[in-house]
This record gives sequence, C-alpha cells and structure tokens, in this order.
Amino acid sequence: MVDGLRAYRLIGAMWIRSTMAYRASFAMTTIANFAVTGLDFVAILLMFSRIDVLGGWPLPEVAFLYGLSCVAFGLADLAIGSMERLGQRVRDGTLDTLLVRPAPVLAQVAADRFALRRLGRITQGALVLGYALGTVDIAWTPLKVLLMPVIVLSGAGIFCAVFVAGAAFQFVAQDASEVQNAFTYGGTTMLQYPPTVFGKELVRGVTFLLPLSFVNWLPAAYLLGRPVPLGLPRWVAFVSPLVAVACCALSGLAWRAGLRSYRSTGS
Amino acid sequence: MGSGRLYAAVAMGGFRRYATYRAATAAGVFTNTVFGLILVYTYLALWDQKPHLGGYDQAQAVTYVWLGQALLSTLAIGGSGVEVELMERIRTGDIAIDLYRPADLQLWWLAADLGRALFQLLGRGVIPFAFGALVFPVALPRDWGSWAAFTVAVLLGMAVSFGIRYLVALLTFWLMDGTGMTHMTMLAGFFCSGMVLPLNVFPGALGDVVRDLPWSALLQKPADVLLGEADPWSTFAFQGAWAVALLVAGRMVQSVATRRVVVQGG
Repeated sequence: MVDGLRAYRLIGAMWIRSTMAYRASFAMTTIANFAVTGLDFVAILLMFSRIDVLGGWPLPEVAFLYGLSCVAFGLADLAIGSMERLGQRVRDGTLDTLLVRPAPVLAQVAADRFALRRLGRITQGALVLGYALGTVDIAWTPLKVLLMPVIVLSGAGIFCAVFVAGAAFQFVAQDASEVQNAFTYGGTTMLQYPPTVFGKELVRGVTFLLPLSFVNWLPAAYLLGRPVPLGLPRWVAFVSPLVAVACCALSGLAWRAGLRSYRSTGS
Repeated sequence: MGSGRLYAAVAMGGFRRYATYRAATAAGVFTNTVFGLILVYTYLALWDQKPHLGGYDQAQAVTYVWLGQALLSTLAIGGSGVEVELMERIRTGDIAIDLYRPADLQLWWLAADLGRALFQLLGRGVIPFAFGALVFPVALPRDWGSWAAFTVAVLLGMAVSFGIRYLVALLTFWLMDGTGMTHMTMLAGFFCSGMVLPLNVFPGALGDVVRDLPWSALLQKPADVLLGEADPWSTFAFQGAWAVALLVAGRMVQSVATRRVVVQGG
C-alpha cells in the first residue's frame, strides 16, 4: 500500500513535468477541460432560459446535483482516470513493462499519464456547487454540514470503483474499452439531472445494480428535503460511504481477477 | 481517371481500417445507445415542460437525439477522425514522407476520412438510431425524397467536418503538440453543432450566430432536413458554401505550412 502510494506519487510527478514541456498546450487543455465539462452546465442553463423547472426541480437544485456529480467524478477522474487507457496497453503489450517493475500494477496504471488538466473539471464543478449552495434553500443542521464532504468523497470513491472495474473489464474486452465510457461519463451526465426525469427502471438500475444514485441523488434528496427516489427511507443518504467502500472492495477483487487472467500479446 | 482510382482506394482503405475493429465498434454502439437514452429522458422532460420548443414537437426532439448519436462519430463532431493521425505525423515529422508521395495531401486525407465516416455511419450510426426509433416515438418521413435529401446533407456534412478538422490539424505545424487544439475542436464541435442542445432552442442572438457557423452544417442542418423543418436546397447551399470555403482555406494554410517543413538529417 505504501509502496503503491509512493510509486503513484513518483509517476504522477514525472507526468506533470512532462506535460509542462508544452506549456501553451497545457494551458489550452486545462481551459478546454474546464470549458468542455462546463458545456453540460451551459446546456442546463440554456434549458432553464426556456423553462422554470425540469422534472419538478428548479435551477439551483439541479445545479446542486450537477455540482456534486461533477466534483465527485472530477476527483475520481484526476486520481485514476488514466485507467481507461489500460485496453491500449493490453493490446500493444506495453503492460508487460509495468508487470516487471517493483511497484503495484494498479498504482502504475492509475498514475500513468497523470493529467493535471483534469483540475479543470473539478474547478468547474466546484464553481457550480458554490453557486448552488449560495442559492439553494437548505435548512442547515450540523449533521447536514458534516454530510457534505462525506458525500463528495463517497461519490469520488464510487466513481473510482467504476473506473477500476472498467479497467478490469478491459483485460477481457481489450478493444471494447469504450463500453466503460457509458458508465463513467454516462453516469456523471445522468446524475446531473433530477431522478424524476428518468424512467423508474433506470433509477432502480443505478440504485441497486450500479449504485450511482448514492453519489448525489439519494443524499441530495435528504439535504433538500425532497421525496427520496423509489420511496426509499431517508437514512439511505448516510449509507453512501458504506456503498463506496463496498464498491471499491468489489472492484478491487475484479481488478485482481482481471490481472490474473492477463495474457501478454507476446511480440 | 487514374488519380480518381487512387483516392477511391484510399477511401476504401479508410473504411476497411475502421471496419477491422469489430469489438470497438460494438462498444461504441453500446455507448452511443446509453448516452442516447440519458439524453432522450432529459429532452422528454424539457419538451414536456415546454411543448413545441424550438419548433419541434416531442417526437421530433426524440428523433433529434438519436440522429445526434448516429452522426456523432460519423461526422467526428468531437474530433477523433483521421486528423488525430495527421497531427501525430506532423509532430513526429512523418509528414515529410506524405509530402513526397505522388498524391495531393488534402485529397488523400479527405478520401481517408470519407472512408472512415462511411464506415462509422453504417457500423456505429444505424443500430443506435434503429434502437431509438423502435423504443421511443419518433418522427420519420415516409417519402424516399426526404431520406435522399438527408443523405446528401450528411455527405455535405462530412465534407464540412473534414474541412474544419484539417485546418485544425495543420496548426500542429506551428504548435507541435495538438492536444490543446483537439480539446478546443471538441468544445466547439459539441456546442456549435447542436450536439449539446438543438441550435433552434438556443435563445436570441446566440442562436442566430451558432446557426450560421459551419458546425451547424454537421448535425442541425441534416436533422432539420430529415425532420422536414428546412428546405433541402438552401441547406445544401449553406453546407456547400462552408465546405468550399473551409477546403480552400485548408489548401492555403497547407501551402504556407509545408514550406515550414524542415527534414532533419541523421
């Protein structure tokens, strides 16, 4: 574990130095990352230029959902988003290089091509979250204030688990790496909108099968005093950390199974 | 005649190259379908709240979503066409080899990109669209004339899309690292093509501006032709004018750029 963190830090620092070699490009990619992820919110703003509520939710509350989803996903993306490139390494056999190094493979793959530009997404999400917290009508209690950082970290944990599980899947799927985009990027996009917009089956799916709704839908329903989706009890808002830990454990097992089944392409 | 065959062969090569990766194509189809699902629900909620927004009814809005998913990779709206490879060749210097080939650089890449686009249309576009049309209420024309006009609009969209991305790729001659440009292209592509939200929903002056930019030739215009919301001939004229302007600009930048190429010995 300590080995892994050390390796992660060293590789991450190396990639930061490497990115800084092309400063103009780094500046552009960071701004673009900020703006590209901001587009989703611009779309929401454009929608609200024509309507007052979407699925029964006003703009500040949708912004609250958006900010939570975006920051949680952004943290996961910054930490281990590079894992989505694992399929490439499996295909061209460069994963072998990582296997012979004296550091955990998971840490190496996670830190591979560590991209500081992803701060763009986090910044953008944080700004929207700030706007939402300033305008939304929440009856704050100490418990609710405490819950906020817990939600964000649990959300990041859940998305990390999705990234790791996606990477494990790529050992088997190889070329089909894009499938995981449907769950990572698709997941965060979906969570930006109120649960009332989506079909009940879809909400059930992302609650019980792939527990994405613990990232923001369920906790936000509690904080905003809205009915909890699917008629679940209010205390589910506090289950998010447990769900995150369970997801990480499961995806860790999947990762081990995937790594064990790895067959090098040879050359 | 001989050169026509050359570019046809290049286009065929582009088609077959993308057709090789079947698992990747299947994965893309799955992802497009999932994103289509998410978008459809948000659009349904939006049009539920405000019927006839932007002149579309609910079925037209749903059709628009699935068209977007079908054309996303075909028209490389967020980038990721052949320009990625072209940028890499400029950065590494392999472009020097391309320049002494007895073929025109721009036409070569245009042919390769058209081959790619045709494959993406058949391989990645048809299934999500069919899924959407079967599962949700859509508004599709029943006469073959509208479909023919739509096909022409998509082909013209391919030319405009290439024109934009070729210009962007050529900037690598000056910037060396194309990552930033790629991201900017993606940004403009998603926002200005109507991928994020149909352009006819954009309010006021913003809407007027984006509807005249070349990106609207990619998704908004072909969609309007299929949905019977736009006159085909004026759409073709709009798309054709942008295609010509962008390709001519690409040619001019190319002639400046290639003079900068220095082949390092050793």
